[in-house]
Amino acid sequence: MSRTSFGDKMLSFSIYFLLTILAFVTFYPFWNAAVVSFNNGTDTILGGVTFWPRDFTLDNYEIVFQDKRLMNGFIISVLRTISGTVLAILATAILAYGMSRRELIGRKYYMIMCIVTMYFSGGLIPSFLLIRSLGLMNTFWVMVIPGIISVWNMIVFRTFFLALPVGLEESAKIDGSNNWGVLFRIVLPLSGPVIATLSLFTAIYHWNDWFTASIYINNIDLLPIQTKLQQILNSNIMSDQMGQMDSAALGRMAQMKSVTTKSLSMATMMVATLPIICVYPFVQKYFVKGVLVGSLKE
Amino acid sequence: MTPITIKKDQKLKTNSLMRRMFKQWDIQMMVIPALIFVFVFSYIPMYGVLMAFQDYSIYKGFLHSPWVGFKHFEMFFNAPEFWTIMRNTLVISLLKLFIGFPAPIILALMLNEVRKASFKRVVQTISYLPHFLSWVIVSGFVVSLLSTDNGSINILLQSVHLIKEPINFLAIPEYFWSILVTTGIWKEIGFGSIVYLAAIAGVDPHIYEAASIDGASRLKQIINITVPSIIPVIVIFMILAIGNLLSAGFEDILLLATNPVLRDVSDVLDTYVYRIGIQNSRYSYATAAGLFKAVISVGMLTLANLVARRSGNSLW
Repeated sequence: MSRTSFGDKMLSFSIYFLLTILAFVTFYPFWNAAVVSFNNGTDTILGGVTFWPRDFTLDNYEIVFQDKRLMNGFIISVLRTISGTVLAILATAILAYGMSRRELIGRKYYMIMCIVTMYFSGGLIPSFLLIRSLGLMNTFWVMVIPGIISVWNMIVFRTFFLALPVGLEESAKIDGSNNWGVLFRIVLPLSGPVIATLSLFTAIYHWNDWFTASIYINNIDLLPIQTKLQQILNSNIMSDQMGQMDSAALGRMAQMKSVTTKSLSMATMMVATLPIICVYPFVQKYFVKGVLVGSLKE
Repeated sequence: MTPITIKKDQKLKTNSLMRRMFKQWDIQMMVIPALIFVFVFSYIPMYGVLMAFQDYSIYKGFLHSPWVGFKHFEMFFNAPEFWTIMRNTLVISLLKLFIGFPAPIILALMLNEVRKASFKRVVQTISYLPHFLSWVIVSGFVVSLLSTDNGSINILLQSVHLIKEPINFLAIPEYFWSILVTTGIWKEIGFGSIVYLAAIAGVDPHIYEAASIDGASRLKQIINITVPSIIPVIVIFMILAIGNLLSAGFEDILLLATNPVLRDVSDVLDTYVYRIGIQNSRYSYATAAGLFKAVISVGMLTLANLVARRSGNSLW
């Protein structure tokens, strides 16, 4: 089968060539940001820092990790991601299991009620006013509670539950479990892959979301790292950014002349991305499956 | 005589319904709290959209604010910025549709031709990654690459002598649309290709074998076998994309167009609603603009679906 024509060879060559360029272009911004974050800030100003740090230093990270406000944002992000994911997956799984029971009275109407929300929404302003009138403004829970029930995830869960063999549940019922018992003792332990997939996606959403906090939270101590980062990147003026910093870190920064706005924001970006990079291998293992379940539904 | 019996029947019926629901209280209790939640966080805002027809005031609340009919819609249509916003929304969307939509399809077609599994895996791993980064991070990358202060793009252009002085790309309105569309493709091309790759994987390999025995080149096979067999998937995503035509972008524009110079080219419906509603607290007016967008979007989705149904690949 080595009888490939010249045209096929050309095609193959150009595809490999284009894909290599694509991979490079995709990876470069990330790599460059990492390099700048590890390079001496004053040295970066001289220019030419592209593929490799010229004057390697950890000073930028030292400042970031000393900045109490940034670290506080990091902790808020972690707390929010954990509580948001656990609560959302639990609540959605419970709803989905109920919806998967054929004997549920009103199942059809409940389902319609859920599906309507996938096509229509009140939009930004009515939701904003609702959150305000519920007294959720400026609370930690505003980042967690409104997202607890995801209709999309409910449908994915429900499809999975419906595919489980009926006999399992029957036998548990004969043993005297009610539906809650069946859900927690039999169904959920069998749902590992779905739980993993949906948890990963929910967690990534929570980690990356900066917008919710930016409109609902004014209290600086409650801002997650992404929102803080957005504010830092947004303030183009050096002094603005310094204003965001904690005084101890500021003092330390004055001692080290090697740190600049740019090197510092790159280091902060790397810190904010690190958790995503850590879970990425797991995500990759699962997400193809997740996306496919989604596209089948469409 | 008859009405009374009907009433009695109905009462009996509701009674037995309640009793039957009570009997299965364990599953009902799994569903009802969550549905109340859905009601509060999805249905109340839907009802709240009606404040587009009010002069909503936070002191009077939704129930006591006066009704004003289409006043805010008229104001919006007559606003000096209306046509700029509509132009930006449509131009950005159409650019994203014509350039951003085919990009993942082309990537999937190219990936499918790669025989070296390791190379394919590396390209996939790298190209899926940006989808999982937040827009804050992505915009940070863009700002850093394009900055006049030793941004890589300026360094590159200067080293090949295309420009003499560094250009502040994010402060020049002419460049904004290209930057926005490129960034969007950069972020989503890999992830978007997954669905098409899956569709391509479903094509019967015998068809390719037969074609290659008949002497069809690889390029011919792509055009005549692969592309036609993924058309149904393409059509479905096309319909969805058309339904989203007025959602030109939100986070990306908000984060990349921080320079006020760009407002003339960056203001789209969603960002306008945000700016007017959240930042200027003109709630009714902003809701009216948002409702306008929602109505047009549903209309376009229906229309696109109608056209697609003729070809037999509709959404519903």
